[in-house]
Amino acid sequence: MSYRLKLLAAATFLAYSTMSQAADIKIGVAEALTGPAAKYGVAIKNGFTLAADQINAKGGVNGNKIQLIAEDEQGKKEEAINVFKKLLFQEKVLMIFGPTLSNSAFAADPIANATKTVVFGTSNTADGITNMGPFTFRNSVMEADVLPVTTRAAVKQFNIKKVAILYGNDDAFTKSGYDVFKSALAEQKIPVTDTETYAKGDVDFKAQLTKIKASNPDAIVCSCLAEEAANIILQTRSLGMKQPFVGGNGFNSPKLFEIAKDAADNTLMGSPWSAENPSAANKSFMADYKAKFGSDPDQFAAQAFDAMHIVAEALKKVSLSGNLEKDRLALRDALPAVKIEGATGKFAFRRAAPKDGKEAGYDAQQDAIVNIAKGGKFVLLK
Amino acid sequence: MLAQQLINALTLGSVYALFALGFTLVFGVLGVINLSHGAIFMLGSYMALLLVSSFQMSLWMAMLLSMLACGLLGVVVDFLVLRPLRQRNAPHLAPMIATIGVAIMITNISQGIFGAENKRFPFGTIPEESFSLGNLHLTAVQMAIVVIAFILMLVLLQVMRRTQIGRALRAIAESPKAAYLLGINVEGLFFLTSFAAAALGGAAGVLVGLSFNAISPFMGQPMLHKGIAVIILGGMGDIRGAMIGGLFLGFAEVMSVAYISSDFRDAVAFGLLFIILLVRPSGMFGRVLERKA
Repeated sequence: MSYRLKLLAAATFLAYSTMSQAADIKIGVAEALTGPAAKYGVAIKNGFTLAADQINAKGGVNGNKIQLIAEDEQGKKEEAINVFKKLLFQEKVLMIFGPTLSNSAFAADPIANATKTVVFGTSNTADGITNMGPFTFRNSVMEADVLPVTTRAAVKQFNIKKVAILYGNDDAFTKSGYDVFKSALAEQKIPVTDTETYAKGDVDFKAQLTKIKASNPDAIVCSCLAEEAANIILQTRSLGMKQPFVGGNGFNSPKLFEIAKDAADNTLMGSPWSAENPSAANKSFMADYKAKFGSDPDQFAAQAFDAMHIVAEALKKVSLSGNLEKDRLALRDALPAVKIEGATGKFAFRRAAPKDGKEAGYDAQQDAIVNIAKGGKFVLLK
Repeated sequence: MLAQQLINALTLGSVYALFALGFTLVFGVLGVINLSHGAIFMLGSYMALLLVSSFQMSLWMAMLLSMLACGLLGVVVDFLVLRPLRQRNAPHLAPMIATIGVAIMITNISQGIFGAENKRFPFGTIPEESFSLGNLHLTAVQMAIVVIAFILMLVLLQVMRRTQIGRALRAIAESPKAAYLLGINVEGLFFLTSFAAAALGGAAGVLVGLSFNAISPFMGQPMLHKGIAVIILGGMGDIRGAMIGGLFLGFAEVMSVAYISSDFRDAVAFGLLFIILLVRPSGMFGRVLERKA
């Protein structure tokens, strides 16, 4: 071989080897980017994008750049299944983030488990999500961990003797929030004066609220999403009711105050994330988010942001082989040990209890922060 | 509590009635179930919101302009979608399906433009205070809804009964062909009907947006379901029927929450509706169906 040829061969080899070293890590993002759930899905996608861009700007994970492949599952079960199949079989992603709604997760997560691929939910808080299989992870804190802390704080704060409950009965998230509230209140021996429901798309809650008013509770416990919650609060006030509200994760959005302003004052809300959390990680997350997207982040963005960092942390310990099946397994084996301190505070995984003899995945092990609304925003409850 | 619930029912019922007015008008004159009515209703809210928040227009001016804009959109939909189908003598289902398409298009485009999240009118657009009488509470918006709904209904009723245009419209409702032979400008009146119906839908949108703080691209769909129920109950194409049907549905919903359970709100309301239809299959004022049959 001539000198020239040798050089060429060496150059090609070098080029090839650096190329294979700096491969892209393809990560699927299946979120509701259109449709009624888009307000969550888009915030979630923003959270991933911000984290991935930051990680890539610092040279990626072990020299490998993260490439997000975002697909719109429209907040629908059927679409989530389609998108999962596309990401798994066509795009051949290493893992999938999503889907946005618990409803869709119940439909799509089994597909990821069947192909032995990590599926990582950042917004699925319903009970039983991680029972879909050992490849299911989530960093969204279950309502079961947060709401009892919140009701206990509320009882203490407002000297509550009895409450009324209002919730959306056709949504997995608000319904499971209600179940948790109900058992937490029973455990804490707080009687419920009246339980009312509404359905998705309802805008007039006055009939239910008039009935709640007649039952004269000390507070109203509400398992609702922020926009409905804000309207419920406003309509309560227009009926001359002054009771404080106790809410779950769904309340944790700037939307609540955009709509209800200070009518929402004295609302208690428990969540793993708070805009008021003064930790350095959260401060820089909030500033970076605002700089990139021009709006304030919400809890959904924060959890997605942390999730991307959790995965990056796991990937540091994985040496990618290029064999997709092997790499997917290696990621799964590395994830449970990850511990980080992110925008939502200290995070670790907790193995979910198996159900019906089926191996389960991993839930979030995180502390809830209880907030109180004052002057149109949530501040930490002292 | 009953008095408060009656007020709740009256407001909700007026909203349904106002929405159903335009819906039933189109059916009465054109014989078409225009399923884009919900989407136009939604656009009415956004239009007024835009005028109030971006152009600092007064609410009443914004409401008028948004009715005008919705009316024009109604004419455009009629011209582009319903008229070609009329000219081809398309079967009855065709305009219904076509307007589903229009509704989906408008909803999708609006989502692209306005975003998926709910919007609300800025604070102070309408006085926020509520009037209380003992334990009874009534907001300015609630009163406005009831008053405006009744005014629009009375105006429409008088136009249909007492004016030349009203007579012509009733003639068309009877038989478009005969009306045409009598020298009535049928196409022109079809456009006028589409205009008036869409303008009424827009007005309903503005009032609902004002009252319930939840302007979103998806607000038309649930309203459409209620609207269909209301005009079937009232007798398709009947203006008084739409009004009474709307009030009935409002009362049925509120009372089922008050005395049965909010879990069964729609089940009870629509169950009642079903029973009424068993007794009076063509609705409470079901002239049009009888006549057409």
